[in-house]
Amino acid sequence: MSADNLIAALYVFALAAFLGYQVISRVPPLLHTPLMSATNAISGISLVGSIVTAGAHYNTVSTILGFTAVFCSTTNVVGGFVITDRMLRMFKRKPTSEAEGRKQ
Amino acid sequence: MRTYFIELSYLLASILFILGLKGLSHPESAKRGMHLAEFGMLMAIIGTLMHLEIVTFTWIITGLVLGSLVGLAMGLWVPMTAMPQRTALSHAFGAFAAALVGISEFYRYGGHLETITMSALGFEVMLGALTTTGSLLAFAKLQGLVRGTPVTYRGQNIFNMALLATTIGIFLYLIFVPGSMTLFFVMVGLAFVFGLLLVMPIGAADMPVVMSLLNSYAGLASAATGFVLKNNVLIIAGTLDGFSGFILSILMCRAMNRSMTNVLFGAFGSAATADGSGSQQGTMREVSLEDIAVQMAYANKVVFVPGYGMATAQAQHAVRELADTLEKRGVTVKYGIHPVAGRMPGHMNVLLAEANVPYSSLYELEQINPEFPSTDVAVVIGANDVVNPDARDNPGSPIAGMPILEVDRAKSVVVLKRGQGKGFSGLENPLFFKEVTGMLYGDAKDTLTKLVGAVQHA
Repeated sequence: MSADNLIAALYVFALAAFLGYQVISRVPPLLHTPLMSATNAISGISLVGSIVTAGAHYNTVSTILGFTAVFCSTTNVVGGFVITDRMLRMFKRKPTSEAEGRKQ
Repeated sequence: MRTYFIELSYLLASILFILGLKGLSHPESAKRGMHLAEFGMLMAIIGTLMHLEIVTFTWIITGLVLGSLVGLAMGLWVPMTAMPQRTALSHAFGAFAAALVGISEFYRYGGHLETITMSALGFEVMLGALTTTGSLLAFAKLQGLVRGTPVTYRGQNIFNMALLATTIGIFLYLIFVPGSMTLFFVMVGLAFVFGLLLVMPIGAADMPVVMSLLNSYAGLASAATGFVLKNNVLIIAGTLDGFSGFILSILMCRAMNRSMTNVLFGAFGSAATADGSGSQQGTMREVSLEDIAVQMAYANKVVFVPGYGMATAQAQHAVRELADTLEKRGVTVKYGIHPVAGRMPGHMNVLLAEANVPYSSLYELEQINPEFPSTDVAVVIGANDVVNPDARDNPGSPIAGMPILEVDRAKSVVVLKRGQGKGFSGLENPLFFKEVTGMLYGDAKDTLTKLVGAVQHA
């Protein structure tokens, strides 16, 4: 990695950190558990690195490590998103009237 | 052309991830936000599959299919009460993946990496390794595979610091004198061990902080992977995850009025018992179920305060049933949620939402505290430290200054408790000895179900 690359990467890092702070401090405590599982799923994006390692055939060790990493990240991505969806579906507003409450 | 397509897919994914997290600022927009993030993820994966360096898809597809199956199974069948364990496990998986990619990169170049890349790679592997074992231990503690009590011994902090210093020393050496495979693996091994040592002295009640912190480390490990692979979407997603965990850990620490150092190195709940043990006067007053039922049935306002005990007793549905019965009689029912109630941030909210409690009835600490003086009955379900008045009244208490739910200001308090023992932190709770407080011993779910019947007949 050259110095230019590093500086560009640091820019991305710093801006993402700033943006992350702004966005995440607006998440209410109500949704902190879904937030955790959602960010977990999102950081499963390390999958893109694992995929290349698993498929490029640099050497056998890398392929094995890459394959394991693909497995772990995919578990996180799929599991994380499925569970976040499942949780978010549970958060319901109060039924607006008695009638609606009885319908269920 | 292909490179542009790949990079564009990453850019799109980054934007969609941010929009997805932005959606989480409200329950109504959250679902849509998550769908955006899911779509972004799909785009990024498709983009990656076009990568020129890929020569065989066998292992990629196998990994994707197996991972999806396991992820799907976990996602669909893990009960909501086990959410902290699942989250700990997923931190371990994410961090392990980052560590493996780092190790593989190091191995591929035989350890001869440029200074900058090696620095990033070292961070990635060390954070990844320690988060993996730390999260696995957290998982084991939460699942009850090992005891949740803190494990301490003399000179623990010094030993841990020495180990960390050695690890970092090797890391620095490798940056300036590249090429030693053996030293690299020693460093990785030490980082794995350090993860265990880091979580070992932390008690179950401090889990919300640890979970957030491990979340942060796992994210930062991913971000470091991005630096190694020169991949922006990895940096962005990893940083978002890392900062989310960081913000949560600060919020959790603030909710306990403790510093991060104190949580990590203080081994709360082992040494704390010395103070205040003999100081409690009076007796706990046990009340009858019928009395409480009558009190609740004719109350104007009832506030439920759930804690980890509600999760262990799986009592969330019984709570909702009781609330429904009360509301039918015209009683106003609210829920007061302390930020560190339970074992992870937001734990109680999810459990109550699962039991169909509308989120508009869930109140945060600052919102509910002014309401306690006008509350007729406050029902504490398996919570202890978060309602301990000592935190407010006794400056000598180990939890002094921790914001609490001031249930003792309510006209009457009922505490549902499994037995007469002390809570996880081992602290005496003066609330239990107050005149307004009545104790109902037994399994919370059982007690609540009986209360439903009793209220109906009141």
